[in-house]
Amino acid sequence: MEQDESLSLVLFSGTDDKLSAAAVLAAGAAAMGRRVNIFLQYWALDAFRKGQPGVDHGFAPDATPAAAEMVRAHNSAPWSEVLAQAKDIGDVDIQACALSMDAFKLSRDDLDPLVDGVEGVAAFMASATGAVVFI
Amino acid sequence: MSIAVEQITETLDCRGMACPGPLMAMIGKIRQGAVGNVFEILSSDEGSKTDIPAWVAKAGHELVEVIPETGYARFIVRKTH
Repeated sequence: MEQDESLSLVLFSGTDDKLSAAAVLAAGAAAMGRRVNIFLQYWALDAFRKGQPGVDHGFAPDATPAAAEMVRAHNSAPWSEVLAQAKDIGDVDIQACALSMDAFKLSRDDLDPLVDGVEGVAAFMASATGAVVFI
Repeated sequence: MSIAVEQITETLDCRGMACPGPLMAMIGKIRQGAVGNVFEILSSDEGSKTDIPAWVAKAGHELVEVIPETGYARFIVRKTH
């Protein structure tokens, strides 16, 4: 499949709804042959600590209790599973922000295997050609 | 164009799976399969109606037929390369 423009996602929020939305975007882009660069900052990085995917991270403040209940009852796959599928079928690179790693006093070994490495912001920007989506 | 049931190499029942599950499952299967194989994907996901044709076109395979059923659709795809 011919390679089109890459998709670059900066994940900041660590709630399950935003991570799911990001995972679905990544999966769609990967399916269509686009490289996906993901940069994990702050609360998103926290959700990628070892053992954290699969834990309930709640929803964004936009979620009303009734709507949140509908999303919880829906049969959609967990975001970590969708990201793993995206990595299986396509070219998806997930990097932890070095600044956030430092703030949380984390090392590479503290992160879930979905994360490919730790990068400074300039290195991420070098691979993130084109638009960057902030979630 | 229609395809006889006996020409189908493999059926993938993705009914009940949410978007983008059926697409992800289908891509894996088609990549593993042999050229010329015909896959039947059953999906109740609304997204599949746009996503499966989009992926098949992009990947350069052949969407033989889409058959609407009650509550789901059957997508017939031939792996061409």
